[in-house]
Amino acid sequence: MTMRPLVRWLGIAIVVACFWTSERVVRKPERPNRVVVTYWEKWTKFEGEAMRAVVDEFNRSQDRIYVDYLSIAAVNSKTLLAASGGVPPDVAGLYDADVAQFADDNALIPLDDFCREAGIDSSRYIPAYWDICEYGGKVWALPTTPASTALHYNREMLRAAGLDPDRPPTTIEELIDYSDQLLVRDERGRIRKAGFLPQEPGWWNWAWGYMFGGRLWDGKDTITCDSPENVRAFEFVMKFSDLYGATDIQAFRQGFGAFSSPQNAFMSEKVAMVLQGVWMYNFITEVAPDLDWAVAPFPHPQDRPDLSEMTFVGLDVLGIPRGARHPKEAFEFIKFVQSQRGMELLCMGQRKHSPLVEVSEDFYKRHPNPYIRLFADLPRGPNAVAPPQFGIWPQYSQELAAAIEQVFLKQKTPQEALRDVRIRMQPKLDAYLKTLAQRNRDR
Amino acid sequence: MTLRRKEAWMGVLFASPWIVGFCGFMLYPVVASMYFSFCDYSVLRKPIWIGTDNYSELLSDELFWVALKNTFLYAVMALPLSALAALGLALLLNTKIRGLTVYRTIFFLPSLVPLVSLAVLWLWMFNGQTGLVNVALGSIGISGPNWLGDPTWSKPALVLMAMWGVGHAMVIYLAGLQSVPVSLFEAAQLDGAGAWKKTRHITLPMISPVIMFNVIMGMIGTLQVFTVPYVMFPNGAPARSTYFYTMYLYDNAFRYLRMGYASAMGWLMFLIIFALTLISLKLMERRVHYAGD
Repeated sequence: MTMRPLVRWLGIAIVVACFWTSERVVRKPERPNRVVVTYWEKWTKFEGEAMRAVVDEFNRSQDRIYVDYLSIAAVNSKTLLAASGGVPPDVAGLYDADVAQFADDNALIPLDDFCREAGIDSSRYIPAYWDICEYGGKVWALPTTPASTALHYNREMLRAAGLDPDRPPTTIEELIDYSDQLLVRDERGRIRKAGFLPQEPGWWNWAWGYMFGGRLWDGKDTITCDSPENVRAFEFVMKFSDLYGATDIQAFRQGFGAFSSPQNAFMSEKVAMVLQGVWMYNFITEVAPDLDWAVAPFPHPQDRPDLSEMTFVGLDVLGIPRGARHPKEAFEFIKFVQSQRGMELLCMGQRKHSPLVEVSEDFYKRHPNPYIRLFADLPRGPNAVAPPQFGIWPQYSQELAAAIEQVFLKQKTPQEALRDVRIRMQPKLDAYLKTLAQRNRDR
Repeated sequence: MTLRRKEAWMGVLFASPWIVGFCGFMLYPVVASMYFSFCDYSVLRKPIWIGTDNYSELLSDELFWVALKNTFLYAVMALPLSALAALGLALLLNTKIRGLTVYRTIFFLPSLVPLVSLAVLWLWMFNGQTGLVNVALGSIGISGPNWLGDPTWSKPALVLMAMWGVGHAMVIYLAGLQSVPVSLFEAAQLDGAGAWKKTRHITLPMISPVIMFNVIMGMIGTLQVFTVPYVMFPNGAPARSTYFYTMYLYDNAFRYLRMGYASAMGWLMFLIIFALTLISLKLMERRVHYAGD
C-alpha cells in the first residue's frame, strides 16, 4: 500500500520532467531587445545557403531585428494554411504563380506603402520581373532570384550529326530540321538519341503559344487559348510526334531519370537540345561536368522575326502574409534583400542573374556561368513572357498540359484540344471573376 | 456520488483523450466539411453560403465524370483481381508444407512497403525500355506495352501493382481459413469429396463473412486510391487516364483553393461508397453463412 502514492508521484514527476525538457529543447534562444522575424523559404542546399548568407548579413548589419530563417518544403501551401490558422510567418518565400492566387485570396498584405516609404519602385527592376510582383494595381511581393530560359544544346552531338556546333538553330523550322538530323535509332528501330522533344522537360507546356505570338487570355475576361497562333503552336508540338513517332518517343522518354540525376535526358546525352533555365548550369557542373554544351536564344518562327529571343521568365518572391506579427520589421529585411548588395550576394550564391536594372560589372566578372549575360539580357528584351496572372492559372495550366498530351497522342487535333480547353475554362473564368467582384465589394 | 456514477465518470475521464481527439480532429472536420460543401470557401476567406451550387456544378463538370469513370474502371479491375489473388494465396498458404511461415512472411512483406517507395519502385519495374516487367515478358516472346505512357495500359499497370499489396487481406483470409473446423473436412472426406468439392462446399461458405468483409473494405480502399497514382502519374498522365477522383478532389482543395467544391466532392464520394456498401451487403446477405446461426 505504501508504494502506491510513491508510484503516483513518480508518474507525475516523469510527466512534468518530459514537458519541461521538451519545452527546453524546442525553445528558441532568447534575443533580448530584438524583434524576431520568422522567414519561411523553399530553398535547401546551396540555394538555401545563399539566402542564409544574406540573412546573416542582415542580422549582423543592425541590432534591432533578427531574422529566423527556416527551410520548408511546399512553402506556399504551408504558408496558406498557416495564414488561415492565424499563425503565418512574417516573411514567406513564394513562387511567381502564387502572387495572383494569394492576392485574390487576401493571403498577402500589399507592400505599396512600405515601398513608397523605402523609395522602392518599378524603375529599379527589369519590367518583366516587376510585373510579376504587381497585380491589380498593387505590389504584393518583391523579387528574390529570377530565372530566364534559353536553348541549351550539346555541341558534341551536333558535331557527330554533321552539324556546325557553333551554329545552333535560330528558327523553329531549323529546330525541326536539326531534330531530324540528330535522330539516332538502334537496329530494332528504337530511338537512341533525339534532337529536341517539346515535352522534355515539359515545364513550359503552357508557353508554346507565346512562341508563335499567341496569348492565353485577353487580360480581362476572355480565354483565347484556341487562337490561330496557339493552334499553330500545338501543331508544332504534334510535328514531333510525326517526326519521331508518339509511342517511340514515349518509350524513349521512359529511359530518362529524374531532372537532377545523371540520367537526365540532356545531361546523359540522349537529347541534344532542350529549353532550360539559368539554373541548368548548376546541375551540369555537378552531374556532367565534361559535357560540351552551349546556350543560345530559343528559335523563333521564320515568318515572325519579331518574336526572336523569346524567353520565359520566372521569379521567386518574398511576401508578407496577412496576419504576420511584425510586418514592418519583415519589410526591413525584404528591403535589405532588394539592395544591390543584398541581391547580388543572393543571386551570385544561387548562380543566377539579378532582377535589378543596375548590376555591377564585378558581378558578371565573378559569375561562374559563362552564359550569364545572355540570361540577364533576354528578360530585358521585348519577348520576355511570364505565366499569366490570374487566380485560376493553376487549373488552366493543368488543362493545357492535358491538352498537349492529347494532341501528342493524336487523340484530338490541336484545334479540338484547344477549343475544349476554352469551353472548359471560360465558365470557370466567368465564375471566378464574379466571385472576385463579389469579394471586392465585400472588402 | 454512487459507485456506479463514480465509475461512469472515471470511464469518461479515462476515455477523454480519445473523446477530445475524436471531436476535434474527426467530428468537427466532418461536420464542417458538410457545411463547406454548400459554400464558396477558399480556406482563407469566410465561407459564403451558395446552396447546392457546388453539387450542381459537379454534375456538369466534365473532369469530375472523367475522374469518376477512371476510378470505377480501376476499381472494377482491381477489386476482383485483388480479392482472388489474396484468397488464392491464403488457400495455398493454408496447406501443410515445409517452410510455411517463411512463405507467409514473404507474401506479406510487400504490403509493408511505404506507398511512395512502392510507387517509385514500380516506376522502374514498368519502364518501357529497361523495366523488369517488360524484360520478363520479352523472355517469353511477348513485346511488353508502354505501361506508363500508353493510356490503354496505365490503369492495368496500377491494377498489377495493387496485386502486390494483398498481404493484409491474405492474412485475414488465412485467419478465417484456420477457424474452419477440421471435423467438417473429415466428414466430407468420408463421403468421398475431393479437394475442389471441399473448397467449394465447405471452405468458401465457412469463410464467406471474411470474404464479404474483405470485399467491402477493398471496395472502399480502391475507390479512394490516391498516393500511388499521384506519385507515378503527375497530372493523371497519360492523357488523364489515371486522373482519379481523389486526385481531382485534392487538386481542388489544395491547388485551386476551392475547398467548398472539394468538400462537395468528398461528400458525394461518401454517398457513393455508402450506397455501394449497402447494395453489396444486400446482395451478399443470402450467400454469407455465419457459423453461429
